[in-house]
Amino acid sequence: MTSSAVLAAADTAERKGRPARPRRSAATRQDWIVGYTMVAPVVLGAVAFVIVPLVAVLWFSLHDWNVLANTFVFSGIDNYERMLADPGLRDSLLASLWFSIGLVVLNVTLALFLAVLLNQKLPGTTTFRTFFFSPVVVSLVAWTIVWSFLLQSDGGINGFLATVGIEGPNWLRNDVTAMLAVIVVQVFKNVGLNLILFLAALQGVPEEIGEAARIDGAGAWRRFRSITLPMISPTILLVMILTIVGSLEVFAQIAVLTGGGPGNSTTVLVYYLYQQAFRFNDFGYASAIAVLMFLIVLVLTLVQWQTRKRWVFNEN
Amino acid sequence: MSTSASRRRRLPLTAGAGIAAVALVLAGCSGSPEGTATPDEPVELRMTVWTADETQLGLFQEIADEYVAENPELVSKVTFEPIPFDDYTTTLTTQLAGGNAPDLGWILESYAPEFVSSGALYDITGTLQDHEGYEYDDLLDSSLALWQQDDKLFAYPFSNSPFAVFVNTDQIAAAGQPNPADLVASGDWTFDAARDISAASAATSGKQGLVVRDFDYKVWENLATIWSSFGASPWSEDGASCTLTDPEMVDAMTWIHDAIFVDGAMPEPGVTADFFAGDAAMTITQISRASALDDSFGWDVVPLPDGPEGRQNVIGQAGIGVFANAENPGVAADFLAFFTEPENAEKLAAYFPPPRESLLNAETLAAGNPRLTEEQLQAVVVDGIQDAVTKPAHPNFAKIQDTVRAQLDALWTADADVESVLGSTCETIAPLLEG
Repeated sequence: MTSSAVLAAADTAERKGRPARPRRSAATRQDWIVGYTMVAPVVLGAVAFVIVPLVAVLWFSLHDWNVLANTFVFSGIDNYERMLADPGLRDSLLASLWFSIGLVVLNVTLALFLAVLLNQKLPGTTTFRTFFFSPVVVSLVAWTIVWSFLLQSDGGINGFLATVGIEGPNWLRNDVTAMLAVIVVQVFKNVGLNLILFLAALQGVPEEIGEAARIDGAGAWRRFRSITLPMISPTILLVMILTIVGSLEVFAQIAVLTGGGPGNSTTVLVYYLYQQAFRFNDFGYASAIAVLMFLIVLVLTLVQWQTRKRWVFNEN
Repeated sequence: MSTSASRRRRLPLTAGAGIAAVALVLAGCSGSPEGTATPDEPVELRMTVWTADETQLGLFQEIADEYVAENPELVSKVTFEPIPFDDYTTTLTTQLAGGNAPDLGWILESYAPEFVSSGALYDITGTLQDHEGYEYDDLLDSSLALWQQDDKLFAYPFSNSPFAVFVNTDQIAAAGQPNPADLVASGDWTFDAARDISAASAATSGKQGLVVRDFDYKVWENLATIWSSFGASPWSEDGASCTLTDPEMVDAMTWIHDAIFVDGAMPEPGVTADFFAGDAAMTITQISRASALDDSFGWDVVPLPDGPEGRQNVIGQAGIGVFANAENPGVAADFLAFFTEPENAEKLAAYFPPPRESLLNAETLAAGNPRLTEEQLQAVVVDGIQDAVTKPAHPNFAKIQDTVRAQLDALWTADADVESVLGSTCETIAPLLEG
């Protein structure tokens, strides 16, 4: 189309009382093809490994599927009704709740505390940052196996306690201490990641604001509460979401440290899902649990996202 | 199986495989569910195993290569795929779920009823009986029992490994305790004697006494090596009712509890002790573990002690099954017949006590067990297989195993009420036993 033809078309459209629609040029079409070609691998990957599994799990959850017996029978919402009456699922939800609360409180608090400490201009902070971050890059299973030896009744932790005259408990054989042990192992594994995120956020807080507040007579705690915390609140939101979602996915630590015990005290939701699917070959019911878990993660994330307007700086 | 039924069953397998990997989808879509004894072209066979021992794998491959050489029109290659023992059954069922079933696989005795009753395994009776020179009648009926249903055989029990007691004679001598071998000779080798010797040795050495290997307060079914000689079992013979509250079981579990928390004869929960590293005075384990011994301490191996009901030999079994969902079960069954025919069974007997009566003698077994004398092999292996019971097995074993483990956790504390815990365990597993 020539330029005069384009102008003529625009005039015609204008006369008809509607704005002229720009026509896509050959160069734009090329950009369009190149752009979609570039994102195609990611889109295809997301479809193949996210969308399809999600739909498949939903489909499987409507079936009675025992892989060993080779049965795949449509059962409607039977698996969901079974969930309502399953005391094992209730226990695992409770265990997940305790684990999440413990992990979020300990992890976020410790990470923030360490970040504030390591944000000081003091010698040696780089070494400490490396020290706290190094567990993040260690193999999770290797990390957990080492801790399983440390936490035995005759292991390293109790050996250390004995040197100061304390008789340590049998950490992994008691309901309360087993859950505590799993939480602590997870906190030490990942606190470094949150620490780095908080450090980055703290270094983005303008010094002049704190300095002005100091001149006005605000103490350290007041400056931290009224200036630093609000200004790093977007990072706190991010860390909270990541930690809560991560807490629902804990598996290797449970499998290696406690196997869900003692009793069922550390059988968290994802471990219960694993048991149903891969130990009991009940893939239909396990899929229903997976759907439940997806919904829990979705709801928790949405709730946090919505409440951000109340406490995250600049979000309202 | 009708075409529509076949398609319906294949759907989840194909879809599941799609989640894992496109390659698995392709694998899951191919093959015939029924298989055929004479494929259009030579096929490749795959067997999952839990041994990673190069010598054993070498022997398997040698036998397989002979089969391929003799049957080039049937099989082009046989691959043995080692999977770690701890994750073996889980990995195997995951492969089945992903439409990636092996042609053959080892199966642990505890899961035998579940695999057999579910229809996961191919009927190998006719193939073995019709195989030239197989001598099917040489197979011990007692060895086959766990793997049969309606007079059909669904797996070959290739390994029948008796449990025995390995003794660190150095630690026992240092504690001034009697030698278990002497007690066996005098007829005084009882569980009470083993407990007393273990407790004294532990107190003297500062190490541990008697370790039921692999129990670790999780694999409770290994305690069958103790409670069987008390005349106890966890459920009735038909598997339908719980017998954990029977007086025999209460006595046995009380004995175990006291040995741990009163006498200090067994390690407490959370304490690891490897007999083969010299950490314990005795261990109850399968005879196949003898290969882990070196000469760092004096050792002996003796049969299981007598309990209140006398001696009850206990064996751990492993079977080789052909998977019904594999592409060529007929060919795989034919290979299994070759793999376990008398001549090859004798080669395998070097590592795995066979179910063949003609091969169950000290001379045959000595070839693969140079660390054991013929007398030890006769007393522990040959005699240990006679009238033996296997570890607990049930069609619903996986769920029962986890449930009992969780319930028994309450038993492994010093002030536990044994009778009450066993009663609670019975109540919990009753619905699972009924199926």
